[in-house]
Amino acid sequence: MSNRSKLVPRYSASERANHWFVGITFILLALSGLALFHPAFFFLTNLFGGGPWTRILHPFIGVVMFVSFLAMAARLWGHNRITEADRQWRRHLGDILRNRAGHLPEIGKYNIGQKYLFWTLVLAILLLFLSGIVIWQPYFAPSFGIGLVRIAVVVHAFAAFVAIAAILVHIYATIWTTDSVRAMTRGTVTEAWARHHHPGWYKEVSKEAKQA
Amino acid sequence: MALQSLDIERRSATTTPSPSVREPMKVAKLIDISKCIGCKACQAACMEWNDVRDSIGICEGVYDNPMDLSADSWTVMRFSEVEPEPGKLEWLIRKDGCMHCADPGCLKACPSPGAIVQYANGIVDFHEGNCIGCGYCITGCPFNVPRLSKKDNKAYKCTLCSDRVAVGMEPACIKSCPTGALLFGSKDDMTRHAEKRITDLKARGFENAGLYDPKGVGGTHVMYVLQHADKPQLYHGLPKDPQISPLVSLWKGMAKPIMGIGLGLVALAGFFHYVTAGPNEANETEEDEKEEQ
Repeated sequence: MSNRSKLVPRYSASERANHWFVGITFILLALSGLALFHPAFFFLTNLFGGGPWTRILHPFIGVVMFVSFLAMAARLWGHNRITEADRQWRRHLGDILRNRAGHLPEIGKYNIGQKYLFWTLVLAILLLFLSGIVIWQPYFAPSFGIGLVRIAVVVHAFAAFVAIAAILVHIYATIWTTDSVRAMTRGTVTEAWARHHHPGWYKEVSKEAKQA
Repeated sequence: MALQSLDIERRSATTTPSPSVREPMKVAKLIDISKCIGCKACQAACMEWNDVRDSIGICEGVYDNPMDLSADSWTVMRFSEVEPEPGKLEWLIRKDGCMHCADPGCLKACPSPGAIVQYANGIVDFHEGNCIGCGYCITGCPFNVPRLSKKDNKAYKCTLCSDRVAVGMEPACIKSCPTGALLFGSKDDMTRHAEKRITDLKARGFENAGLYDPKGVGGTHVMYVLQHADKPQLYHGLPKDPQISPLVSLWKGMAKPIMGIGLGLVALAGFFHYVTAGPNEANETEEDEKEEQ
């Protein structure tokens, strides 16, 4: 019954701000990108002031997201190395998804699903940035050959699909895993949450707290 | 100009049929390269009728002027000095511009509804009012024709004088040609006329004379009579078998429904997972028990 109401800090104010900066720009990019990808979504250009404004804004927002994502990725890089415990945890994935998991290996700050998400986004966003430069009219696209531009449009669409799908999974995972959102809105999680979902990380932070 | 007399066969970024009950005849421009003298009257007529004036360039030491198509030059004469056979010099002059493909790559690639239309008579026209300036039409075109204007970031190209054709006139370039190298009429008539010309050219020793109406893009509404139809590349790199790039087809074909539906499914999977499996909760008492063990 110890420390029931105690909260464990998980993200600092600057980490939260960084995350939401990336998040907001990502949503703007997804909406404006989908608008230019499929006619069914073209109406979304109205959110950005019409077709030409959507085309003008999208790449600039993209650069802003890329830079802020780099900052976030640099902070998270070291926490996302995949360990043996992660691999063992993955074998229980079916049970975890059915909320029937019994004894699980001790997971650190992130589980393997979160780590896969991280590396997927690192790769997808890098591809989006590079291919985005190649198709950026009117500044850069004219200096690339038509063959490269054609590859870039396909890479851009595919990487965007992967990134948006990954973010949908990310959003759902925080809804599914009760009390997760507060980690990014308030910066803290409940002790029960930390012990249940990230016992390895919980041990680490409580040890540090004791030492301090 | 969406004139009533020009029914629309296809419209960019539009998934339902456009008004198309009337069945006007298919038109075509025939460019007989064997009759062209490179006078550029067509270039001047195009500028004049369409009220576009390219900036005055510099002499590059060749006849090509301007050197390339631009948002202000919708047609240019391409001069090629070639030797189809060793020692036999030929000066081939090709009037370059939009080919008005039956299967237009520009229209396929365009993300803005109604920025590119294909009229039922075969003319592919850009409606700059709807253009967003993304340049996808350039990516989609197998002939390297559309150009983004530096002035307004809209894409421009030959309209086949859709405004003139709509009221029963021939395109401005046709009107100006002094040798009859340019002809305009129904595609059937133009094909028949070309056959006669090809027979004549063959009789004059051009065994490989033929009509350029490439099937890879469904045929075109601008056709060439070529002296060397077996080697269209001689004519300033006219592609031998042009078609919409498979990458563009993938991007604007399969990818659109598959990725759209895919994202929908991912979102739905999440929703149904939640309502069937329920949330993943950290139960405090459970955690306490675990600790006690």
